[in-house]
Amino acid sequence: MNQSSTRAPRQSGSEPEGTGKFKESVGTRHGYDRFFAVLVFLATMLGLVVLAVLLVDVVVDGIPRILQDPVGFFTNFPSSTPENAGIYPALLGSLWLLGLTALFSVPLGIGAAVYLEEYATDNWLTRLVEVNISNLAGVPSIIYGLLGLGIFVNLLGPITGGKSLLSGALTLALLILPVIIIATREALRSIPKAVREGGYALGATRWEVIRAHLLPMALPGAITGTILALSRAIGETAPLIVVGAATYISFAPSGPLSGYTALPIQVYSWVSQAQADFKIGLTAAGIVVLMAVLLLANSAAIWLRNRTQRQS
Amino acid sequence: MDSEKTRIREGRRVGAPDNRYDVRQKAGGPSSNAGGSPVLGMKIENLSAFYGSFKAVTDVSMDIQANKVTALIGPSGCGKSTYIRCLNRMHEVIPSARAEGCVMLGDQDIYAKNTDPVNIRRRIGMVFQKPNPFSKSIYENVAWGARINGYRGDMDELVERSLRQAALWDEVKDRLKQSGYGLSGGQQQRLCIARTLAVEPEVILMDEPASALDPVSTQKIEDTMADLKQRYTVVIVTHNMQQAARISDFTGFFYIENMGDPGRLWEFDETEKMFSNPDRRETEDYVTGRFG
Ligand SMILES: Nc1ncnc2c1ncn2[C@@H]1O[C@H](COP(=O)(O)OP(=O)(O)OP(=O)(O)O)[C@@H](O)[C@H]1O
Ligand SMILES: [Mg+2]
Repeated sequence: MNQSSTRAPRQSGSEPEGTGKFKESVGTRHGYDRFFAVLVFLATMLGLVVLAVLLVDVVVDGIPRILQDPVGFFTNFPSSTPENAGIYPALLGSLWLLGLTALFSVPLGIGAAVYLEEYATDNWLTRLVEVNISNLAGVPSIIYGLLGLGIFVNLLGPITGGKSLLSGALTLALLILPVIIIATREALRSIPKAVREGGYALGATRWEVIRAHLLPMALPGAITGTILALSRAIGETAPLIVVGAATYISFAPSGPLSGYTALPIQVYSWVSQAQADFKIGLTAAGIVVLMAVLLLANSAAIWLRNRTQRQS
Repeated sequence: MDSEKTRIREGRRVGAPDNRYDVRQKAGGPSSNAGGSPVLGMKIENLSAFYGSFKAVTDVSMDIQANKVTALIGPSGCGKSTYIRCLNRMHEVIPSARAEGCVMLGDQDIYAKNTDPVNIRRRIGMVFQKPNPFSKSIYENVAWGARINGYRGDMDELVERSLRQAALWDEVKDRLKQSGYGLSGGQQQRLCIARTLAVEPEVILMDEPASALDPVSTQKIEDTMADLKQRYTVVIVTHNMQQAARISDFTGFFYIENMGDPGRLWEFDETEKMFSNPDRRETEDYVTGRFG
C-alpha cells in the first residue's frame, strides 16, 4: 500500500519507469467501443422498426373498421355479410380461456416449482423430471393439441363436456405449465440460502419458510413468467383447432362446459375468406382486439407484480 | 407443543415430544429463562461432521458452560462454522451433510431419534456471519419467529424487549414498519440478534457476528453479548483475538495439523489460560499472531 503510493508520483512524471510493455494509446479501443455501440443500437432499431410497421399497418386497417360500427363490432356474432360481422363470441371465448388457463396453470406451476426446488432431493428421478420439463417447454403447440384431444376431449369427455372451453383451457394450461415452472424455479433459486437458514434457525419448518419468505420473494419472477406464458397461450390457434374450438359460432359461451371460439381462430377464419372486406378490415380489427386483450392482461399482471414487490 | 408435535420435519414426522421442555414450559411459562429458571449448558462428545464423504471436523468433545461465553478460534477452513452448525442441527440443512457423535443440551440428546430439529433450533438460536434479515418490516423481522412458534404474549412488548436487548431499539423505534433491508450492516446484524432473542432460546450460537462490521457496531454487539450471558449460554466463532480475549470465558482452538486432515479441537480451556499460558505450542503461535 505504502510502497506503491510513494512510487506513483515518480511514475507519472515525464518518462514511465514501468516495464514499457503496455500500449500507451487507447484510441483504437475507444474506436471499437463506439463501433459496437452503433451496432447494438442498430440491432435494437431494426427490431423496433419492423414491429412498429406491423402495428401501424394493422391499426390503420383495423381501427376504421371498428369505428365504422363500434358497438356492433363488439356485440355482434360472426356473419356472412362483412358489415354485420362482430367479434363478441370470440372475445368472450378468449377471456374465458385466459381466466381458466390461469386458474389451472398458475397454482399447478408454482406448486410443482416449489416441490422441485425446495422439497425434492437431488436424485436421478428429479433430474429426469427436470430435463423433461425443459424439453416440454419446447414441444410444438400442436402436439399439446393432440394430447388435449386424446385426453380432455375424448377420454374425459363426459366430465369436460368434450369440445368445451374447459378442454381448451386445460390444453393451454398444459402447454404453458413448463414455462411457469421454469420461471418460478429460477426465481426460487435466486433467493440466497441465507434466507432459508435464517428461517430454520428460528425454529421454522420448511413450509413456514416457503410461505413467509420464499413465495413472496419469488412471486415477482413467477408472475413475469406467467405473463409471458399466458400471452403465448392467448395467441395460440393450432392446439385450439385440434381440441375443437368452433370456427363459426352463433352463440356466446355460457360456462366452462360450453362450446366456444377464440380471437385468433376468428381472425384466422376471416383471413381465409375470399372477400376483401373480410380479409383486410375485419382481420385487422380482430388483431387489434387481440392485442388490446393481451396488453390489458399484461398491464394487470405487471401491476400485480409491482404490488407484491412493494409488499415483500 | 401440540402443533410442534404434528409439524413435519425434514422428511419424517416428529416423534415423542421432549418431556423436559414440557415441564419447563409449565413451570416457567414461555419466558422461563428471562424469568430466572436455570440456563442450560451443552456437552459435546466425539462429534464429527461430514460433507458427503468429506470429513470436515473430527472427534470434538467440549463442555459448554451455562451463562458463559465460549469462543471458538482457529485458522480459516479448520471447521469452526461446520462445528457450530452441528450444535443446533443446522449442519444437516446442507444437502448430503451429516454429523456423528453426541450433543447434549442439558440432559437431552439433540441428535436422538425422537428429537425434532425444529424444536431444537428454537431453543438453540443462531446468528450468522453475514446479516440476513428477512425482506419484511423491522417489526415483522422480530415478530415472525415468535409468531410461528406460537407465542401468545404481547407481541409489541416482545418486539421492543428484544430490540432493546440487542441495543437497536433507540435507532429503529420510529421506523418499525420500514423494511429491515433499509438498515446499515451493523444494524441489520443487531436486528438478526433481536429476532433470535425474540424466540427466547436457551443457547445462542454466533458465527463471526461482527466480521463484516465497523468498530462501533462491533463494540455495540460485544456490549450486547456481555449482557446476554446473564440470561443465555453463548458460543461465538471469531477471527478477532482481542475480541475473544475480551468477551469470552472459555476458548476453543480448532486446528488442522496436516493439509487434508479434518479439523480438530486442538485445545480448550479458560480464556485466560488460553491467551496467557496455553498447553500447546500451536495455540500459543495462533493467539499471539505468529500464524493463521
Ligand atoms: N457446503 C460445503 N460443502 C462441502 N465442503 C464444505 C462446505 N462448507 C465447508 N466445507 C469445507 O469444510 C471445511 C471446514 O469449513 P468451515 O466453513 O467449517 O471452516 P471455518 O473454520 O468456518 O473457516 P472460516 O474461518 O474461513 O469461516 C473446509 O475444508 C471447507 O472447504
Ligand atoms: Mg466460518
